[in-house]
Amino acid sequence: MDFASFFSKNLPYLLAGISVGGQYALIAIGYTMVYGILRLINFAHGDIFMVAGLLMIYSTTVFPLWVSIPLTIVVTVILGMMVEKVAYKPLRSAPRMSVMISAIGVSYLLQNLALYVTGGLAKPYPAIPGISATVTIGPATTKWVTIITPFLTLLLVVLLMQLINHTKIGMAMRAVANDFETSRLMGIQVDAVISMTFIIGSFLAAVGSLLYFSNYPSVVPTSGAMPGLKAFVAAVFGGIGSIPGAVIGAFIIGISENIIKGAGWTTFSDAFTFALLIVVLLVKPTGLFGEGAKDKV
Amino acid sequence: MKRKVVSAMLILSMAAMAFSTAALADDVITIGVFEPASGDNGAGGKQEVLGMQYANVVQPTVEVDGTEYKVELNIVDNESSTDKAASAAAQAAEGASIVLGSYGSPVCIAAGDTFLNAGVAALGVTCTNPQVTDGNDNYFRICFLDPFQGTVLANFAASQFEAKKAYVLTKLGDDYSAGLGHYFSEAFKNLGGEVIEETFPEGNADFTSYITTAVNEGADVIMAPTSTEAAQLIIETASAQGVTVPLLAGDTWDSNVILNAAKGKDVEIYVTTFYQEGADEEFDASIKEWINSDSTALANNGGDDTIAAVTVMGYDAYFMALEAIKNAGSPDPGAVLAALPDTTYTGVTGSIAFDEIGDAARDTAFVKSADTESGSWVFVTAQGVE
Amino acid sequence: MNKDKMINGIISAILLALLFGLVVLLDHTLPTTGIAMTVLQKCCIYSLVAVSMNLLNGFTGLFSLGQAGFMLLGAYTYGILTIPVDARPSVYQYFDGGIVQFSVPFWVGILAAGCVAALFAWLIGLPVLRLKSDYLAIATLGFAEILRAFCQWDKLGGLTNGSNMLRKYPSFNTLLFPFTVSVICIAVIVLLINSSYGRAFKAIRDDEVAAEAMGINLAHHKRMSFCISSFFAGIGGALLAMFQTTVQASAFKTNMTYEILLVVVIGGLGSVTGSIIATFLFYLCSEWWLRFLDSEIMIGAFKVPLLRPGFRKVVFSIVIMVIVLFARKGIMGDREFSVAAVRRWFGKHRSSGSEGKEEKA
Repeated sequence: MDFASFFSKNLPYLLAGISVGGQYALIAIGYTMVYGILRLINFAHGDIFMVAGLLMIYSTTVFPLWVSIPLTIVVTVILGMMVEKVAYKPLRSAPRMSVMISAIGVSYLLQNLALYVTGGLAKPYPAIPGISATVTIGPATTKWVTIITPFLTLLLVVLLMQLINHTKIGMAMRAVANDFETSRLMGIQVDAVISMTFIIGSFLAAVGSLLYFSNYPSVVPTSGAMPGLKAFVAAVFGGIGSIPGAVIGAFIIGISENIIKGAGWTTFSDAFTFALLIVVLLVKPTGLFGEGAKDKV
Repeated sequence: MKRKVVSAMLILSMAAMAFSTAALADDVITIGVFEPASGDNGAGGKQEVLGMQYANVVQPTVEVDGTEYKVELNIVDNESSTDKAASAAAQAAEGASIVLGSYGSPVCIAAGDTFLNAGVAALGVTCTNPQVTDGNDNYFRICFLDPFQGTVLANFAASQFEAKKAYVLTKLGDDYSAGLGHYFSEAFKNLGGEVIEETFPEGNADFTSYITTAVNEGADVIMAPTSTEAAQLIIETASAQGVTVPLLAGDTWDSNVILNAAKGKDVEIYVTTFYQEGADEEFDASIKEWINSDSTALANNGGDDTIAAVTVMGYDAYFMALEAIKNAGSPDPGAVLAALPDTTYTGVTGSIAFDEIGDAARDTAFVKSADTESGSWVFVTAQGVE
Repeated sequence: MNKDKMINGIISAILLALLFGLVVLLDHTLPTTGIAMTVLQKCCIYSLVAVSMNLLNGFTGLFSLGQAGFMLLGAYTYGILTIPVDARPSVYQYFDGGIVQFSVPFWVGILAAGCVAALFAWLIGLPVLRLKSDYLAIATLGFAEILRAFCQWDKLGGLTNGSNMLRKYPSFNTLLFPFTVSVICIAVIVLLINSSYGRAFKAIRDDEVAAEAMGINLAHHKRMSFCISSFFAGIGGALLAMFQTTVQASAFKTNMTYEILLVVVIGGLGSVTGSIIATFLFYLCSEWWLRFLDSEIMIGAFKVPLLRPGFRKVVFSIVIMVIVLFARKGIMGDREFSVAAVRRWFGKHRSSGSEGKEEKA
């Protein structure tokens, strides 16, 4: 097979991989930041992503798009903050297992609420003019959202890195992530920092949900589970706590998942992600970019 | 304090228990309805139940052996899930003379033994997998089977599109999907065609790679016997990638969910099904009137009054059940089970009679295609197997 | 003191005998496929599964999320080995009757289910038990997902029936059977916990470094706990397969593990009786007592608002959140329900000290 035809046959897989990788990245940042600060696997994060999808669906039935997009983002951010205040904050002194169970409980509650509201049926996601339209690049036809996602993701990550490295709140975040107790003693408003973490995480999840569901326009109560799990795997893969690590991990997972499918191993597209994770954990237990922190492994 | 809370909880739970086992009145016949209202097949299940509910409105009573009984439907949600099926089936069978359902074969196969142990007859409405009735004396059904449906689709693909290569996409861990895909492949290969088979895991939303593979392999048709949930995404992806290869599917795709997903898109969709709207105009008109008059029914039908074939099948199943109860001369489930094999009935979808396995003899399937401009089904052909 | 112990022992034995009697009585009075029977059977099975998970997570402190995977192995092993030979062509109809052309009695199948699960646990444990806490959790969860994909792989269809379910294997329709099996298995686990191994497990949970310093072989004990827990999860899986009468890999999702973990935590990490009580409360409520929330209820002409399908689960998950937030140690904490504890509870007036402490805890 000559290169041109090889390229034209495999370009769609690559595009799909990059696009879904970008969407995983936006979710993975939420996992990695929360884990970095609270040492908590926020199992509810994938479901917040799903709820953002449903919010968009229901708000577009009432409002025009230019209202419902910001509304969805704002409500998702509030939801993320509320989950933290109600379900995690009271357990701050409790064992880590309790907090994680609380996260599983929230995930269970959000899924069941979604089930109740939607009646358990798949809800079609509204088309967003511009990004839902199709575009042809060379041999591949796809949606604009596929092209936009990686750029938007990288832009948001750069902005986020600026925030973390060059602002006061960013410095506080780094301090809390480094040593929770000491930074509290140093007078850092730990609760505010944690809230900020959840705000950023939920905001990115909401943006991720806009992109993801524009690409795959159907939302069911369990829609968040798999992307959430994959994003979490990406975060661990890249070294949990590290934002660039999570982003790179997400792109690697998104692309390799699609390559596996393209190679005809469709049965194992999900399993492969986990196999990759286990290998990385065994070879480099802190992930690709994780620093060898004290109580990690 | 803690002890008070514990005892209060105990009392509450006792009360709840008493509440949930309320006694039934004497002159009521209960028909259990074992259908999904949530999960993958929730949309289809709701439409199937709609037919039964409408039939129950049309014919709310039945006279058995000189006594007039009121017919009540005991609708239980099996959540489209095989691990919930057994307990849901037990609940549907409780106090029922006969059980109807379910949409989606896997839950039927999973619940088969429960009905067998309960001694209640189960009448499958649109579960097409052979394993539902095979080896189960209590399970009957009024629809055609997948070996037939798969062959019809293969013949259709070969005759209509002169297809030489088919891409078959089935869902991992779904007996219906795997079964229909298998029968299609078998029939298609017998016709001299070539088949590429792939599977997608549960919860998969990204079908880009699958469609790309189908295109790369030069498939003439894509056969995707899946739930409507996956179908929406497959249609969306195919249209986004500008794929014009015809999409073929079985009875599950005959739903307004598919019409809504395909509306305004450049895709070709063909499905096999049990009933074509317009075959009985009087019936169509009256059920549409009922659906439009009841907001819950309208919502359960997906917000419009397109009549799904499964709704009509549900309607026929209800009358078939009444017929069996009349023949049994008693609402006793054992008597109904004994009477069912010899019961016959001519419904909206044609005449129904069972063979020795408990399957209805059906020799035609309707092939419809989606009109993506108006969002409605267009009758293509009534096809049998030569 | 000794006399007290004997009285406690006798009362416990009588209670257990009474419980057996009650189970036999229920078997004869409840309709075999009624909802009460179904739910009680399920409770017996999940009690075993929950206790086995508690052995690992609560007693040894190994945070594993592989439970569903080991149950899957148990269920499939049982199904594959016990389907009668003459039923195989119909079950494996897409795979020419399958490659296994023999069948074993049901009890061999159940034991094999446990053994296969334990064997895989040993293999998986070799690499992953080096990981700690969350990393171990996510690795075991990953293994469960990989196992699930393999069970559905059509290249292995001759063995696992691919995407299609396994069925027609022997099952039970009494309550006595799952009850007896669970009681025996849980009794074995309790004996283990009270042995020197159990004390070593608890030492590892409380402080690994200290445990190692005391001469406990960490790797050996962790692996042992992991394998034993998986063995019983496998047996639980076999029972679940029998209960459902059909088995399919797609049912053994991560959500199943989460659900069992919730039960274990609600019951109390490190309490066997807590796990059992929580299992019964959890499944009786979710599958039976709260069912009325799913249907519309009219009180006179007043339609109770909000009640429609799905409401049950919403209420149920809110209750769970309340328990998780306000009863952090679960129903039992790490205490056990025993005759001795009950007698102490009632004897509070006479010796107030110990009880008061428990109330605060």
